[in-house]
Amino acid sequence: MGELRLMKGNEVLAEAAIRCGCDGYFGYPITPQSEVMETLMARQPWNETGMTVLQAESEVASINMVYGAAGSGKKVMTSSSSPGISLMAEGISYIAGAELPCLIINVQRGGPGLGTIQPSQADYFQSVKGGGHGDYKMIVLAPASVQEMNDFVALGFELAFKYRNPAMILTDGAIGQMMERVELADFKPRWTEEEIKVKSGAWATIGKAIDRERNVVTSLEMDSAKMEANNLRFQQKYKQMEEEDCRYEEIMCDDAEYILVAFGTSSRVCQKSVEIARAKGLKVGLLRPITLFPFPKKAINKLAEKAKGFLSVEMSAGQMIEDIKLAVYEAGKNTRVEHFGRMGGIIPTPGEVVEALEEKFSWEISYGVKRYY
Amino acid sequence: MTEEIIIAGFGGQGVLSMGKILAYSGIMEDKEVTWFPSYGPEMRGGTANVTVIVSDTRISSPILQEFDTAIILNQQSMDKFEKAVKPGGTLLYDPNGVIHPPTRTNINIFRVEGTKTAVEMGNPKVFNMIVFGSYLKVKPILSLDNVEKGLEKSLPERYHKLIPLNLEAIKKGQEIVETMQAV
Repeated sequence: MGELRLMKGNEVLAEAAIRCGCDGYFGYPITPQSEVMETLMARQPWNETGMTVLQAESEVASINMVYGAAGSGKKVMTSSSSPGISLMAEGISYIAGAELPCLIINVQRGGPGLGTIQPSQADYFQSVKGGGHGDYKMIVLAPASVQEMNDFVALGFELAFKYRNPAMILTDGAIGQMMERVELADFKPRWTEEEIKVKSGAWATIGKAIDRERNVVTSLEMDSAKMEANNLRFQQKYKQMEEEDCRYEEIMCDDAEYILVAFGTSSRVCQKSVEIARAKGLKVGLLRPITLFPFPKKAINKLAEKAKGFLSVEMSAGQMIEDIKLAVYEAGKNTRVEHFGRMGGIIPTPGEVVEALEEKFSWEISYGVKRYY
Repeated sequence: MTEEIIIAGFGGQGVLSMGKILAYSGIMEDKEVTWFPSYGPEMRGGTANVTVIVSDTRISSPILQEFDTAIILNQQSMDKFEKAVKPGGTLLYDPNGVIHPPTRTNINIFRVEGTKTAVEMGNPKVFNMIVFGSYLKVKPILSLDNVEKGLEKSLPERYHKLIPLNLEAIKKGQEIVETMQAV
């Protein structure tokens, strides 16, 4: 068993990065995720593992440092909160276009604009549907506990290197600031130059050998035919992600008539809502997407067969609900999908969620049958 | 066993650190724990509160409307959280700073003269540990051995010499807590 600690989500992100052999962190402070770099600076991993930790002059600089370092086959990352991620959007698109692995962490706060420092989930669209320009996708992991903040750092890097693609941990100020019991991962050494050569020598800029062509890291391709071929390759890769790396959790869904769909902080709230609703005699379950892209469409397809309704619970005006509706539509079902959410940094209470469910599905609850629309 | 607790008072009273020691003691007892603070501008000079959940099983929501136990250290928090105690639940308060004592009739109410006792002990900083001791007396969910281990874990090494003083404060709190109402 690994070392047990009581830690903040943000602190754990930093500790997990050091322990999984991360080569470099480039960031710029912003509430509510400043503890990530704070912890790294206090830990001074450059003495311990040789990991670089650098405070850049801006988010634009930090994402471009990540871009450059990722090009050399190193395990590198950055973290920020919503407004900072917007500033990084250009760089993220370039990294996706240049097919480089890296880890980007968004500890969301309320928006739009500078918004508030309190938690929010309103960057769902930005994370799963681009954010930057062009047809690209990122693997987006949504931790729901401090333990998962630990686990998803290593997982994020693993998936980023599997696909040579940026991976994102999409969390929020609540999990970032919350302390929980966490079992830390064991230390793994950073990759040696020799290991990087074997793993990433085919594409990384690690020094040109005489017997091969130059490795070029760029997102630019002036020949449209070649650029389309690049895009087709990217799309193939995104499809493979959907087939091989979709993750989700079902809680009490087996006999459920109503399915709450929620990720991260709101999924924690909904676990309690399920308990409250069940105590009232309502058969409610929770589907928790762990990867937001790839979205667990197949799980929704299957649940749509017998569920009387879905309630998407998000700390936003309703973003993930669009993906739920698409999945229900693709399954050829017309199960009702509704949304409940709070905005501006407010986290819904478990009771509020149950009230919303009872109100939005009052017809089904009183007549006990499915209503189509 | 799942115990959902709110600790609320002024910033500087040691609300967050009491929660942290409680949570660390829970880990020493092999429980699941969650410590969820109020964070943001309200922390600076105003009220501070923290939700602590200690459980044998996986913990669900850190955002709660009602609590098994409320530890209340000022009037603002009394106004806000007296009504949030579950029927049959527990409210523990320090009368210093509370102008209107609790009036609910369907909860257990305990009082601890923490501020006064801390001054008598010659160290106002142990106030939160006195209150913590009273809590452990009325809700013995953790053993004192594990609390001691929790203190060791949560305090930086340079403060370890203060552990005996903290334990003394906890024991004092266990002695002086008064039962005001039992349901």
